[in-house]
Amino acid sequence: MGKRMTSLMGWIDARMPVTAKWKLHLSEYYAPKNFNFWYYFGSLAMLVLVNQLLTGIFLTMNYKPDASLAFASVEYIMRDVDFGWLIRYMHSTGASMFFVVVYLHMFRGMMYGSYRKPRELLWLIGMMIFFVLMMLAFTGYILPWGQMSYWGAQVILSMVGSIPVIGEPLKDLIMGDYMLSDAALNRFFAYHVVTLPILLLTLVVVHVLALHEVGSNNPDGIEIKKNKDPETGIPVDGIPFHPYYSVKDIVGVVGFLIVFFGIIFFAPEMGGYFLEYNNFVPANSLQTPDHIAPVWYFTPYYSMLRAATVNFLWIDAKLWGIILMCGSVAIFCLLPWLDRSPVKSIRYKGSYFKTALTLFVISVFVLGWLGTKTPTPLYTTLAQIFTVVYFAFFLLMPWYSKIDKTKPEPTRVST
Amino acid sequence: MRKIKNILFVLCLLPLTTFAAGIEVKLDIAPIRTIDKLSLQRGAKTFVNYCLTCHSADYMRYNRLRDLGLSEKQISDNLIFTGQKTGGLMHTAMVKKEAKQWFGVPPPDLSVIARSRGADWLYTYLRQFYRDESTATGWNNLVFDRAAMPHVFYQLQGEQLLKVEMVDDGHGGKHEVKRLELSKPGTLSKTEYDMQIADLVNYLVYLAEPAATYRVQLGIIVMLFLFGMLGLTYTLKHEYWRDIH
Amino acid sequence: MELRGLHNMADTENKNGTNGRRRFLVAATSVAGGIACVAWATPFVMSMMPSERAKAAGAPVEVDISKLEPGMLLAVEWRGKVVWVLKRTPDMLASLAKLEAQLADPKSEREMQPKYAQNTTRSIKPEILITEGVCTHLGCSPIFRRDIAPADLGADWLGGFFCPCHGSKFDLAGRVYKNLPAPTNLIIPPHTYLSESLLLIGADSKEAV
Repeated sequence: MGKRMTSLMGWIDARMPVTAKWKLHLSEYYAPKNFNFWYYFGSLAMLVLVNQLLTGIFLTMNYKPDASLAFASVEYIMRDVDFGWLIRYMHSTGASMFFVVVYLHMFRGMMYGSYRKPRELLWLIGMMIFFVLMMLAFTGYILPWGQMSYWGAQVILSMVGSIPVIGEPLKDLIMGDYMLSDAALNRFFAYHVVTLPILLLTLVVVHVLALHEVGSNNPDGIEIKKNKDPETGIPVDGIPFHPYYSVKDIVGVVGFLIVFFGIIFFAPEMGGYFLEYNNFVPANSLQTPDHIAPVWYFTPYYSMLRAATVNFLWIDAKLWGIILMCGSVAIFCLLPWLDRSPVKSIRYKGSYFKTALTLFVISVFVLGWLGTKTPTPLYTTLAQIFTVVYFAFFLLMPWYSKIDKTKPEPTRVST
Repeated sequence: MRKIKNILFVLCLLPLTTFAAGIEVKLDIAPIRTIDKLSLQRGAKTFVNYCLTCHSADYMRYNRLRDLGLSEKQISDNLIFTGQKTGGLMHTAMVKKEAKQWFGVPPPDLSVIARSRGADWLYTYLRQFYRDESTATGWNNLVFDRAAMPHVFYQLQGEQLLKVEMVDDGHGGKHEVKRLELSKPGTLSKTEYDMQIADLVNYLVYLAEPAATYRVQLGIIVMLFLFGMLGLTYTLKHEYWRDIH
Repeated sequence: MELRGLHNMADTENKNGTNGRRRFLVAATSVAGGIACVAWATPFVMSMMPSERAKAAGAPVEVDISKLEPGMLLAVEWRGKVVWVLKRTPDMLASLAKLEAQLADPKSEREMQPKYAQNTTRSIKPEILITEGVCTHLGCSPIFRRDIAPADLGADWLGGFFCPCHGSKFDLAGRVYKNLPAPTNLIIPPHTYLSESLLLIGADSKEAV
């Protein structure tokens, strides 16, 4: 750094501590040195967020949030705008990849016990990010105003309507009309491009600040801060995030981009999973498509919604479905208090936890797969069984995590 | 851990079976080659002569057909019958309201029909019309029962009749087999007609995403760059991490 | 978190003697990353250029001038701008030469017109003037004032265009008067004659199909 540069930085630092923040969050943020593959997804989620924001801004330049123009404006972007197709595919693929990355990021946390003390709040902030992300996905999916946009929104909004007492007025309030129409499209556009992104960005900043306060967990699930160098006060198993993890994350970024652009350039519809075939038909309020299924990232919850078929207690099956669906997402928030194991990481947990987690993953995939299918009696039974498995993973955790045979944790991280 | 990874991998493949299993009518595979510009040109010609009479392609501009190796002059001389400029959109000559009176439903826009229906469906549909006096149009279709659309290519294909046979399935049961038989030959042979429809569907696939060919070409360049970048960044990471290991 | 002393991993670099290699790799990755950023930004910038729809709407317009009487001005729209087609009378043409001393660029040396209109009448056919009706000062549309020596424009006014916004004046060939806000002559758009009476505005004869 030249002399002028140094004095300029001095001038700035005296007024705003840029150098100190740089050190605090990057060059002197000490992360455990044993991060593995699963630790790429945090920074990748940030990358996808930036991608969504930028491509989103450029899409709004040509998109029209008007029920009579929306579908045509998307095709206008795909055809008449120079490279509009690329920007649109980057956004639509980015939406799906956001969920891929976030699901893997969450799964990492579940494997290595990243939600446990002292990171409970970090986990809860993460869950809030997940909820906002789901709302962003829902409001965004409506915008092309195709058949799937329309009927998907119809189904979700009917669910709101079935909440006892306040449901119907609440539904009217959300839609601003007695049917799903231009009014709803217009306001969902406002939420999608202004309200929710601001909320998401704020939460992400808070998430990172909270992380840097408690420090990162690691695949061994032990606290590196417990073992500090007596002279420097630096954790002996910690390395500065910059340059070590910045150069490592760049490799992850390039690897991710290969997959990301591979999809964009060679399979943007991803076999109907990222862009559904029926969404290439303009919305028609008088005709439901033969087969409606939500986008893949919502299908596990959708399966559980359909799995409720009996009235129970004073609550009818429809409302149970909604309770199950919302509960299946909300229950993640309880994880920090459900896990009673003496160790954090799966590496030192016993066979009970490993089996439970495996069954949970299987149930998520099976429920996800069932959510894309038209229900038959067999499929409904399957969905019911796996809904039970899904919830059992959480609700039985206090019991099986306590009696599980764990291995002793090491004092230093393994490399 | 390894077990979980294996299970994850198998589960990732699971969804691949979804859509293959969902189709009930057996569809013929459409011979799609969107790089074959001559086929696309023939398809475009069929499209403007037959389809555009009732259907529109409201998101497509005529001058985009330069993609097919045509000049603006060729486009305006051979493909535009509505007196539009080459920069205009492919509107239909028919009025939507009247169309609804004639067919019951307005003919759908065809700009992205190949993306919603799929090429194989279109290829099969356009070849499986048969005579059926019980319908309003006098035509019916094997893949789309009581389609509102009449058989616009009957002079080319000729007329087909439906033959339903009960076939013994070898296990004591019987099941229906539906078959179409040519009753009145058209001006084209079966092979010629199939080829004309193949060209048309090829064009419809192009029409649904005109940027597709360029998308793949650009993709190859981007991929090559990214793989180079992967090697470079990996070397960089390896260099720095020698401090740690 | 308290600020800790610098944990200097960089020391090990020199010990290992890999400083040069490391620096080279950082530089190479930065250059490749720079290329990637430019490549990535390109489609975004390109997407902001006029779209195919804008290009189609801005396509050349055909104008039939068979019914244009001498002294009459026809206003046509091309790319959202007014384009005037003025059939000048012999008197009007004669006025052009008289004004040269008062004009800023009487010989049309600045490139405000295609080559084929860089002449004394600033037109292909002497009597027919085709010019954008947009003042070169700040984009107002001037008013056609064919009346000679009116009270407001002075006794030496021989007919021309007057911009009401800031008072710029142009003669009947669209040439600007000296010492007025507008810096240059009116812009002559590319145009060509498809036939004796059919004019195409927006394309030169080479491009015209």
